[in-house]
Amino acid sequence: MSISREEVEHVAHLARLGLSEEEKTRLQRQLSQILETMRAIDQVDTTTIPPTAQVIPLDTIMREDVARPSAPVDDILRNAPSHEAGFFRVPPVLETGDRDL
Amino acid sequence: MAVGAPPRYEAVVGLEVHSQLLTRSKMFCGCSAEYAGAPPNTQVCAICLGMPGTLPVANRRAVELTLMTGLALNCEIPDASKFDRKNYPYPDLVKGYQISQYDLPFCRGGWIDVEADGGSRRIGIERVHLEEDTARLVHGVDAAGRACSFVDVNRSGAPLMEIVSKPDLRSPAEARVYLQKLRAILRTLGVSTGNMEEGSFRCDANVSLRVVGESELGTKTEVKNMNSFRSVQRALEYEIGRHTALLESGGRVVQETRGWIEDRGLTVSQRSKEQAHDYRYFPEPDLPPLFIKREWVAELQQALPELPDARRERYVSQHGLTPYLAGQLTASAETADFFEQTVQIYPDPKKVGNWIQSELFRLQNEAGDDDASGSVPQPEHMAELLRLLDAGTIGGSAAKQVFDEMYRTGAAPAQIVESRSLTQVSDSDALSGVVDDVIKANPSPVADYRGGKTAALGRLVGEIMKATRGRANPSLASELLRTRLNQPDS
Repeated sequence: MSISREEVEHVAHLARLGLSEEEKTRLQRQLSQILETMRAIDQVDTTTIPPTAQVIPLDTIMREDVARPSAPVDDILRNAPSHEAGFFRVPPVLETGDRDL
Repeated sequence: MAVGAPPRYEAVVGLEVHSQLLTRSKMFCGCSAEYAGAPPNTQVCAICLGMPGTLPVANRRAVELTLMTGLALNCEIPDASKFDRKNYPYPDLVKGYQISQYDLPFCRGGWIDVEADGGSRRIGIERVHLEEDTARLVHGVDAAGRACSFVDVNRSGAPLMEIVSKPDLRSPAEARVYLQKLRAILRTLGVSTGNMEEGSFRCDANVSLRVVGESELGTKTEVKNMNSFRSVQRALEYEIGRHTALLESGGRVVQETRGWIEDRGLTVSQRSKEQAHDYRYFPEPDLPPLFIKREWVAELQQALPELPDARRERYVSQHGLTPYLAGQLTASAETADFFEQTVQIYPDPKKVGNWIQSELFRLQNEAGDDDASGSVPQPEHMAELLRLLDAGTIGGSAAKQVFDEMYRTGAAPAQIVESRSLTQVSDSDALSGVVDDVIKANPSPVADYRGGKTAALGRLVGEIMKATRGRANPSLASELLRTRLNQPDS
């Protein structure tokens, strides 16, 4: 199982990582090895096992709709590299930009 | 297709609606979901900020409101459901992913009937699912004058329900009516305020064209940024026109996302397919799957309020209205409430319904007011106006003026009649001077009438109404005119 250089570039773009040519070469090799290792799972016969998204023996956990106090705004902003007037401050993003819901 | 005949196209439209839900707390934490007016980042905790080590827990009421919506939209409610992560990097998404639902939504496969373009059509609902809202971005400059964006996380994590229609809509007008009906249903259920301008009810549209009679769809575009019913209709008209012009000139439609620019009346490209997202959905590991008990679904089904369709049927059977008028009255919850409250105190449903259809809808259209609540007068005022009309205190044309002012200012009809001197003149002495003046000033219709063309009387009555600013009692005016004109020329 190997992945292409284009796939490495695509995944790096999705993660917003800038990679050098050298790093791309190394990651292409490493990611291919990781996938190869994971292929061991393919050998398990899963014909009798239903598709499983969770292995924790819990389901249908919900809480009642009750509001409780939020954290102080100073605590919320404490880890931010940059903030102003109570807002987190980030590099400018275009208003018609890359947003989706 | 006949040789030389250009292909005829039809529009294929599907809508994605995002609606905020009326809960007290956010979707996965206990922060208040009522963030309007709160200072930035004051309704935030470690969970909705996505701090490491925190765990989300689903809000039961938000799930319940979503199930209620699904039931009202005739959806199937599957037994099993789960949440998934939708990954994309953007500053309004503090965790780097949005908790949403991918392949197991709470509701799927429903429909609503929509009355538009002179007929009724059944529009399919693909799915209804639950997710969390994003942070609010404000674009500007910082204290040092550098361009930057500011992030307010208060909205982030508020419950957001997405309703996806099948691509069953065929015209901009139909899309608008579908949206209005959907909003009426959500408001009737009490799951959402449905306010588009405030962003609690948002709509994106997928648009493509196909040759009439063929099943293959053309390339689609997605249109965003429409924040009123009117702008949805206008944006779709524009986009369908753009596709048509492209196809007819031998061009091709590019698959892309386009933003509607309201004040310029057009859509512009925002993102092409080449940059399209790869969301890498995967099951949310922090939230266990949900199994929806049939007893819960049955309970919710039982407790559903009277929905717009049932209301329309009742207006036909109970009030004797035409299905068309009943459909129009029940298209918005405000209008239907206004109708019912008025009929309770002025029990003439046909008259009330006709006033709404001819006068209220006209004023609402003129005002471009197709979204805001409170765009109906007080039911007490409507009843009072109709009573003034019945008693002959005001005439029909004055009543329209009163209604107009009542709608705009909220003043009571009696006050308006008083302040604008609109009382109907039913006193022959007071009118006879005007009748004389009109006869003198209009020799040609007078001659026509006397020459046997009795229809000319209508024009003279019209002149009297004009001269009295609509205050003259029209039947008295025509009676006085007839008497005078049948006398020998003086």
